[in-house]
Order: sequence, then structure tokens, then C-alpha cells
Amino acid sequence: MSNAIESLGSLWGPLLVLGQIGLFTLVLLLSIAFLLLLDRKVWAGVMMRKGPNVVGPFGLLQSFADFGKFLLKEIVIPAGANKAVFLMAPILTCTLAFVTWAAIPVAPGTETGTSWVIANLNVGILYLFAISSLGVYGIIMGGWASNSKYPFLGALRSAAQMVSYEVSIGFVIVTVILLVGSMNLTTIVNNQDGGIQNWHVFSFQYFPLILVMLPMFVIFFISALAETNRPPFDLPEAESELVAGYQVEYGSTPYLLFMLGEYLNIVLMCAMMTILFLGGWHGPIALGPELTANLPPLLLSLAGLAWFMGKVLFCFFLFALVKAIVPRYRYDQLMRLGWKIFLPTSLAAVIIVAGYVTFVGGLS
Amino acid sequence: MALIAFSLIAAVVVLAAMFVIAARNPVHSVLWLILTFFSAAGLLVLIGAEFLAMLLVVVYVGAVAVLFLFVVMMLDVDFVEMKQGTLRYWPFALLVGVILLAELALVSVAGGSVPTGNMDASPSAPTNAEAIGYVMYTDYILLFQLAGIVLLVAMVGAIVLTLRHKPHIKRQDIAKQTGRRRVDAVELKDPTPGQGI
Repeated sequence: MSNAIESLGSLWGPLLVLGQIGLFTLVLLLSIAFLLLLDRKVWAGVMMRKGPNVVGPFGLLQSFADFGKFLLKEIVIPAGANKAVFLMAPILTCTLAFVTWAAIPVAPGTETGTSWVIANLNVGILYLFAISSLGVYGIIMGGWASNSKYPFLGALRSAAQMVSYEVSIGFVIVTVILLVGSMNLTTIVNNQDGGIQNWHVFSFQYFPLILVMLPMFVIFFISALAETNRPPFDLPEAESELVAGYQVEYGSTPYLLFMLGEYLNIVLMCAMMTILFLGGWHGPIALGPELTANLPPLLLSLAGLAWFMGKVLFCFFLFALVKAIVPRYRYDQLMRLGWKIFLPTSLAAVIIVAGYVTFVGGLS
Repeated sequence: MALIAFSLIAAVVVLAAMFVIAARNPVHSVLWLILTFFSAAGLLVLIGAEFLAMLLVVVYVGAVAVLFLFVVMMLDVDFVEMKQGTLRYWPFALLVGVILLAELALVSVAGGSVPTGNMDASPSAPTNAEAIGYVMYTDYILLFQLAGIVLLVAMVGAIVLTLRHKPHIKRQDIAKQTGRRRVDAVELKDPTPGQGI
């Protein structure tokens, strides 16, 4: 009997992880459905249109109708396509987009220093960076395997663009790592405790560094737009030149997977901005220990989760606004912005922050 | 559990590496190579070198292999034709293989001094990044800076090789483009009918 319970105990760990993965996937899929609608509604609102408003009240069920349509359509594979690579590309994009969420902490745990996360990695931020840099393969493979000119051009553009902007994203992440002295995402979030002035975007605990970190946040935001192929940097799928870029030959479920991966990556970038710069689950006003001691820890965790989701939603709203109000960049302007402006600026910021940490203090 | 994981990942590494040379399509070769890199990162995670694993993915899979794939896709190489007659070189291949095998055997016999990963998972143990940093910036600082100089020389060399100053090239001056005002660009005329300007 006790043996059975013990073996159940050893089973409990993997089962718990499986449950967490299932929960994350379910919540992500559901939120993507509504974020997609939000994206379209914001876009429509800026243009003084109504946006999707037919399926369900206020068009709330629009994404589910689209989902059904995608699933029921026939999968068309172009005659000259490389079948295996053609079908693997969207699966890869979507899988990688989901896999990154394993390391994202979304709410504070009941004990100090813990958090709600599937895998609390020591190198969490590097893991996010590494996996999100793999996203480019889905696009290249899709573009190449389609055996068609527009997708191929789109894939080439996208590869160059993503590799370029990854560099400045990397340097921006390095500034945050230097300030915190850890690559653990939970530690990074907890370093921003104590009110809105301590969020890394303002960095009042390292006083004059607001002059560096605020521009770094802006650089991260713009690079995130380029990294996720969002307007104004959506040159890989610029419809006026390349029809739809690497997605031209895709339809039905493969296209759905591409789009799902794309939006998951956008939300991931929003979550990264929240964690690195906007204080993660910490609210703008610090509650002292005398206030929080009497509250149930679960309530605090849920409040943290609400703050986290609210901030991610805010970042996503910014993404949606940018899509609606900024015209598309020219390709040479895009490359110039990445290599000649963002790279030197973020490199200088790394040196300044490193100097600050060494001479003024910061690392314990 | 670790043994099962190791066997699985190692098998994937070896198989993928074999397909790199066996694939008929060069793009497929590169894709298999990427799988090899990625699985090797998995092996590094297994011995506790998670920092190195992530760096391998970021640098090799995320950047180097992308550029590699980029180039291979653009080239129109007929691999099948290139591969004809490769069997002639089997003595060289055998020689290289034997040398590699001998080196590996030497290392495993010498044993002991082979560095292993940071398996200590207790919170007080230094993290991967810290451990590597301590060693790199103290014991091996000279070698580290030497590597930096080698990379710098390579970079300068690449720029020197590719930089061309052609005389009649039109370049775009972004400051000039954005600095244009309506007054410099547009002139309003009122042509009289029948005469033109």
C-alpha cells in the first residue's frame, strides 16, 4: 500500500508538469483567439471602421469562426514543393512559439522568490532568446520549400531582418542582466519590486540610469516589432510587393499554424517586455509587508497574475496601434536602423551600464 | 532517466550527422546539420552545462546556421554531380577517421583530467555563467584576449577584402532625404494656356 503511494508520489511530478503545460497551452490558445480580435478591432478603430462585428456579440466569436474555416479547408501543396519541408515549416514555427512559454514566470509563488512557471531555469532569459531566434527557420523553410519566387524573396528578407535585429535585442537583454546580476527570469522580476519607480524602464534604484534604460526599452520595443515581422517592419510579407511573402503558397491548417506561431511570438515579446522592463507581476504601488502579511498568499498570486496579464495586454495594444498608424519602412531604411543606429546605441548602453555596475555598485 | 535521455539524444546526434553527408539535397544537409547542433545542445544540458548549451543554440543554430542556410539556398549546386567520384578519396577519409578515433581513445584512457559539467545543483554553487566567467577572466585571460584579437583581425580582413570604392555610385543620404522641405521640392507654376512654361 505504502509502496503504491510512493510510486504515485514519483508519478506526481511529471503529471504536475503535464498539467501545467496543458493549462498554459489552453490559456494561450484562448487568449490568442481574443487578442487576434483585439488586434483587428484596434486596427479598425483607428481607421474609423467597425471591424469584425458579425459572429457573436461584438464579433467576439470571430476567431473561432476563422479557426473552423481554416481547419475545414483543403490543404493544397504546390506541385514543385518540397513536401516534407513545406509541411514541417509551420509546425516548427508553432511548436517553437509554444516551447518558449515554458520559461515565462507569470505570477509570484506563495513563498518569496518562487513563481508560477513550468521550468524555473537559471538561464531563463538566454533560453527565451535562443528559442525565439530559431523562429526564423520556420519562415526560411516555408519560403524555400514553396518553390516559388515571392515566398523565397520574403524568406530571404525575413532571415536578414531577424538576424539583424536579434543583435540589438541581445544587447538590450545584456543591460538588464548586468543590472540584475542573474539570468533567472524570476530574479529579474523580483529585482523590480517596490513600486513603479523601480521598474527597469525607470530604474530609480540605480538613479541616473533612467537615461539609459528608457531608450533601451524603446529599442527593445522597436526591435521586437522587427523580430516578429509586424508593421512597420512587415517587409517579409509586404503585400504590395510580395503578395504575402513566405505564406503565399500556404492555406488551411498550415497557414493557421503559421499565424498562430506569429501571434504567439508577438505575445511572447510582450511578456518579455513586461518581465525585463515593466516589473513583471509587481503592481505600480508597493504594498508593505504589514499589509500583505494578513492577505492569503493565493490572493496575492492572483493579483500578480492580473498585473502581469494587464501589462502584456498593454504591450499588445501598443503593437496593435503601431500596426494601424505607422507606414511601412523601406528595406534599406530597416537595415540602416538596425545596424547603424540600434547596434551602436545598445552597445554603448551595455558599456555604460557595465561601468555603472562596476564603479557605482549594483551587483551584490 | 538521464541514461535514457542521453542515449536518445546521442542517437539523434549521430543519425542527424550521418544524414548531413548522406542527404542528396544541400538544403536538407544544412537542416540536418541544424538538428545536429540542436541535439548537441541537449547533450550539454544533460551534463549540466546549460549556459554553454544556450550559447550553442544562440550562436550556431540561431545565427551561423541561418547564414549558412541562406548561402546554400542561393547557390545552385548540383550535389549529386559533385559527389561523383568521391569514393576515390576513401584512403584519406580512413586516415582522418583513424586519427580522430585515436585521439578520442587517448582522451578516454588519460581520463581524470577531462573537465565535466557543473553537476552541483545546490543554490550556493556558482551558476554556469559565473563559473565560466571566473575561469575565463582569471586563468585564461591571455588566451581569451588573444581569441578576441584573432576575431578582430578576421573581421578587418573580411572588410578589406570586400570593401570597394567605386567612383560613380549613387548613395542615399538619409539626413538629406528627411531634411527636404516643401519649399525646396515643390514649385508652383501658373502656365498660361497655349504657351506652356
